Amino acid sequence: MENLDQKFNETIKMGLEIVKETEEDRLMTLSVGPQHPGSGHFRFTIKVDGDYVVYCDPDPGYVHRGEEKMCEYRNFIQNIPHLERPVIHDSTNITYSYSLAVEELTNIQVPLRGQYIRALASELNRQVYTLYWLGIYGIFLGHSTMFMWPVGDRELFIDLLEALTGARVTHAFNIPGGVRNDMPEGFKERCLRQVAYFEKRLDEYEDIFYNNPLFRQRTEGVGILTKEDAIKLGVTGSVLRASGIPFDVRKAEPYDIYNEIDFKVQYMKTGDSFARSMVPFLDMRESCQIIRQLLDKMPQSGEVRAKLQPNPKGPAGESYKRVESGRGALGYYIVSDGTPKPYRVKLSVGSFRNILALPYLLIGSKLADMPSIYWSLNYWPVEADR
Amino acid sequence: MISNQSNTQNGSEQKEKVSELAQTSLSKKTETITPEFESSIVNQLVTRFTDKVVQVVYVRPGRTKILVPPNEIVQVAKFLKDNLGFDHAESVSGTDYPKDNQIEVIYHLSSYSDEKLSSHVLALSTRVDRNDSRLPTLIDLFKSTEYHERETFEMLGIYFEGHPRNERFLLPEDWADIPPLRKEFRIKGR
Repeated sequence: MENLDQKFNETIKMGLEIVKETEEDRLMTLSVGPQHPGSGHFRFTIKVDGDYVVYCDPDPGYVHRGEEKMCEYRNFIQNIPHLERPVIHDSTNITYSYSLAVEELTNIQVPLRGQYIRALASELNRQVYTLYWLGIYGIFLGHSTMFMWPVGDRELFIDLLEALTGARVTHAFNIPGGVRNDMPEGFKERCLRQVAYFEKRLDEYEDIFYNNPLFRQRTEGVGILTKEDAIKLGVTGSVLRASGIPFDVRKAEPYDIYNEIDFKVQYMKTGDSFARSMVPFLDMRESCQIIRQLLDKMPQSGEVRAKLQPNPKGPAGESYKRVESGRGALGYYIVSDGTPKPYRVKLSVGSFRNILALPYLLIGSKLADMPSIYWSLNYWPVEADR
Repeated sequence: MISNQSNTQNGSEQKEKVSELAQTSLSKKTETITPEFESSIVNQLVTRFTDKVVQVVYVRPGRTKILVPPNEIVQVAKFLKDNLGFDHAESVSGTDYPKDNQIEVIYHLSSYSDEKLSSHVLALSTRVDRNDSRLPTLIDLFKSTEYHERETFEMLGIYFEGHPRNERFLLPEDWADIPPLRKEFRIKGR
């Protein structure tokens, strides 16, 4: 394993200097994406020397929408529906930290039942996202059963969220001050039934996918990110936990009612593609336990949202809040100048932080390992571009 | 082969205290509560550099913000990394203040290696002139700032001296307008 600094310098050198003519014959430049079925709306250029990747240059921005600029034109409440567009499969989590930040700025207190329902929705939504990610990871490695099963089981959680929020994918459920509406009748029983079924399914996933010798061969020992490199690159979420650092925002800095929930931070030490694909799976198991506890400890009645002013605003100030989303820490930095519209909104998203690891992992590995490394980074192109 | 070792991280008494403090400070809306751990970080900074260099903007539970002049930012960042244990940047962003003719650049630094610091985010900020917006890069100290600084370059027009690639990243290659997050850039029809 080469030293990171050395690798970094080489990358830059190769990117900036024109490759010598003699080498030009040997190296082949490949453009992966943006039309590639697996890469999403994202392109990266790689140069290969025979089977080995010697250069990689990520080129995001194909779905850049200017979310941060759009926020400056709308008031705090109007921002909710468009802020969930970057990652519609995890829309409850991406509006969660926004709501937390606005609550700090405008000094709103969320009722206890609202906090529980909000956490419940975000756990359910994390399952939806992780299952979708797992399905694509499966089809990426040619395992089509692993595409069908998670996408099928994802419907269970989508149905639950539809009953809870009224929409299948883009819920706009988290708002500053709580959640939009209370739980429907009989939701608890329905939720518990489906979680119990899903836990059985997780065992089957493990048998058919994670214990599959073909899958293991393609991921074990591939694209190793050491603990030191992971810290240096500042990666987050499952990529970080796969490299042996048990960091989870829910544990490190509990928001809302997470300090009352008993759960373990799942992590692994190998740092290869297998660990990066296993950690989200372990997280799904843990999430089932969290959902049970949330339903158990939830107050039986009460308000779910605080009463808001028509145009909530607070004194001038700023706030930085983060939550644990499906792709790691998701932070919002909001500056307010005392008007109902934010002066500046910055999203610090997990995908944008994790993609820094792509060149480091790809350079020096075989081209055939590219899919398993790329998708194990838990990268969502639309979220990274914002 | 699966090294499924989980960690409980039970020693979170201090964190609970911190979150309690956060709630009380919010509800009472007073700035009187200054958390000990956070202020100790700031005090170390102020004693190392003078209070002319390091201006403390606020100290809240889990969040601290300091303002330093642009020519001192590398030294302060080096001290934060080597002596206080901050090891990565969560985000780099900029805020445009046309009234002051300045752009504020904020580095949100945090730590994975130091457990005490994991609940803490320190905002290291500096202000540069809008017309001559140049800053030394922190890429040699914090590699995690590489893409964030590139994004700040194209979105706010801050040139990071020493950064290997002050180039387009998210914007189209043929973008021929002013940096879009500056306040004079207006969205059409708005």
